[in-house]
Amino acid sequence: MSDKPEENGYWAANIRIVTWCLVIWAIVSFGFGILLRPLLSGISVGGADLGFWFAQQGSILVFLALIFFYAWRMNRLDREFGVDEK
Amino acid sequence: MDQFVLNWLFIGASFALYIGIAIWARAGSTSEFYAAGRGVHPVVNGMATGADWMSAASFISMAGLIAFTGYDNSTFLMGWTGGYVLLALLLAPYLRKFGKFTVPEFIGDRFYSPTARMVAVICLIVASITYVIGQMTGVGVAFGRFLEVDNTTGLFIGAAVVFAYAVFGGMKGVTYTQVAQYVVLITAYTIPAIFISLQLTGNPVPGLGLFGEHVASGEPLLAKLDATVTELGFAEYTAHHSDTLNMVLFTLSLMIGTAGLPHVIMRFFTVPTVAGARWSAGWALVFIALLYLTAPAVGAMARLNITDMFWPNGTSGEAVAVETIETDPDYAWMLTWQKTGLLGWEDKNNDGKIQYYNDGSAAMEERAAAAGWTGNELTNFNRDILVLANPEIANLPGWVIGLVAAGGLAAALSTAAGLLLAISSAVSHDLLKGQLTPNMSESNELLSARIAMAVAIGVATWLGLNPPGFAAQTVALAFGLAAASIFPALMMGIFSKRVNNTGAVAGMLVGLGVTLVYIFLHKGWFFIPGTNTFTDADPLLLSIKSTSFGAIGAMLNFATAIAVSRVTAAPPKEIQDLVESVRIPRGAGAAAADH
Repeated sequence: MSDKPEENGYWAANIRIVTWCLVIWAIVSFGFGILLRPLLSGISVGGADLGFWFAQQGSILVFLALIFFYAWRMNRLDREFGVDEK
Repeated sequence: MDQFVLNWLFIGASFALYIGIAIWARAGSTSEFYAAGRGVHPVVNGMATGADWMSAASFISMAGLIAFTGYDNSTFLMGWTGGYVLLALLLAPYLRKFGKFTVPEFIGDRFYSPTARMVAVICLIVASITYVIGQMTGVGVAFGRFLEVDNTTGLFIGAAVVFAYAVFGGMKGVTYTQVAQYVVLITAYTIPAIFISLQLTGNPVPGLGLFGEHVASGEPLLAKLDATVTELGFAEYTAHHSDTLNMVLFTLSLMIGTAGLPHVIMRFFTVPTVAGARWSAGWALVFIALLYLTAPAVGAMARLNITDMFWPNGTSGEAVAVETIETDPDYAWMLTWQKTGLLGWEDKNNDGKIQYYNDGSAAMEERAAAAGWTGNELTNFNRDILVLANPEIANLPGWVIGLVAAGGLAAALSTAAGLLLAISSAVSHDLLKGQLTPNMSESNELLSARIAMAVAIGVATWLGLNPPGFAAQTVALAFGLAAASIFPALMMGIFSKRVNNTGAVAGMLVGLGVTLVYIFLHKGWFFIPGTNTFTDADPLLLSIKSTSFGAIGAMLNFATAIAVSRVTAAPPKEIQDLVESVRIPRGAGAAAADH
């Protein structure tokens, strides 16, 4: 297998994972937390709405899930392409 | 036991612990001083990163800003946690693979240019010093309160303590000390929050209590809070009031800045493996999230408690009497905070009561006229005192108050120490050893690192006498500067093989320069009051406040670097190979210290 990451698809796979994670990152914070909040105003969560919950709790929980997912997925990808640390 | 003595017992005991650890793990070599010999486990590293990260801004200031503004200041919560996603996905593993000690080292090598390294040193120093100013503001508030002196004296005492503390450390001492500091600060933050959440909602988890039921009224807590504050003419707590464009840019600035701050990035150089660096960012956010999920509850519940203190008979009843404030032990916190000059009240209409309401609200005019009120009589409530005063406001036991005092100082000290380490390594390692005097001995390098720390503290203290805002707002400016200068250079260095030396240098200079000028135009040149041309209430560009401009600065940095690189020569072959090697984890162990 080639050593060059862009030739064997390792780098492209990495970029794909990163892109999807960042899309979710933006949707929960800038989206649900700020811009799309009016759309979620009908869903009530304990005295406020779902957008407020995302802004003060939900986005942080999603960020956590994203980083752990990325770490797990990338460490697996490293092994698949044989570029992990031995 | 007297509260004053109790506070000092807690502060003294926590300091003894940190100093003990610092002596036990004293840095012997430069390698240990900067990167702790790369022997730090991801969980331990995550905890230390948490302490490094959560500063006076997070601990002392943030909940206060949320409490008095509500939803609009959720930007701090999303911004300061969302940045870890960028850090974990875009920088941490690659910088660890690169395997040097400092951020300017990476920029200098990747852009094969001593000039790029120098520019990175300047960016790093500007952002870090601004950050230390914010810490000094917080330290001044904390020491002012616990020594019962005015704010400026507190600032000078705090600066002396930070200096003594940071100079003897180094990364290894700092790493283990910071684990201890994390434990102290998170305990100090969550225990009063749990108590207060139990009092108000019966739920021991503050983040759940926030969306739970207010026991006394049977309504949801947030609905009760909205009703209470609007009755006094204040803006509805959960509603969106501020400008949306500014909110988005501010959040983005904080996020990008998080991933561009040298003292946080440096942490990822100390993890043993690339895989470890990925996990480490996640663990850091776990430990940070414990505070950030609690902070909005602290803010909302404190706002409700404060309003109740001033309106003990409900917002439509009689206000609290001046005599009660002066004699009732439940109000003793107001007298102690009054001494710092950060809390003030005045019986303007001489009715013997203190009416706390929004005198700028048209809706309140009628009630005020009918009741003979002549303005809001709670004349000063500095946002930075809220968290420290919170356990006293909620009438919690004395030991909780002492614990919070120790926690606030731990937060400010740990971050200040981490930043000073980043500044001193930039000066001694990148500027002196890397450029000016390459043959400098190890002991001289350590000496110059310590001198650089002393100068940085001096400058930050002097500028901290006229802070450009509350602690968290000053810190937000530092994030804007880091976002506009350091993050784009790092990211392009990894994700683009085409961006070259000229492009990177031009990008950093444009990003830093434009952002700095925009901040100075709004906050005064070198933050000296009265030298500003614009105000954040009426900013130069659209509705973009100076605290939000970092995101624009970052975009300018990216655009300039890419445009300039297009019209100049591509990086040489060996640099393109370097980028490729940084992109794969294999071989990370070989990237050892070159000392």
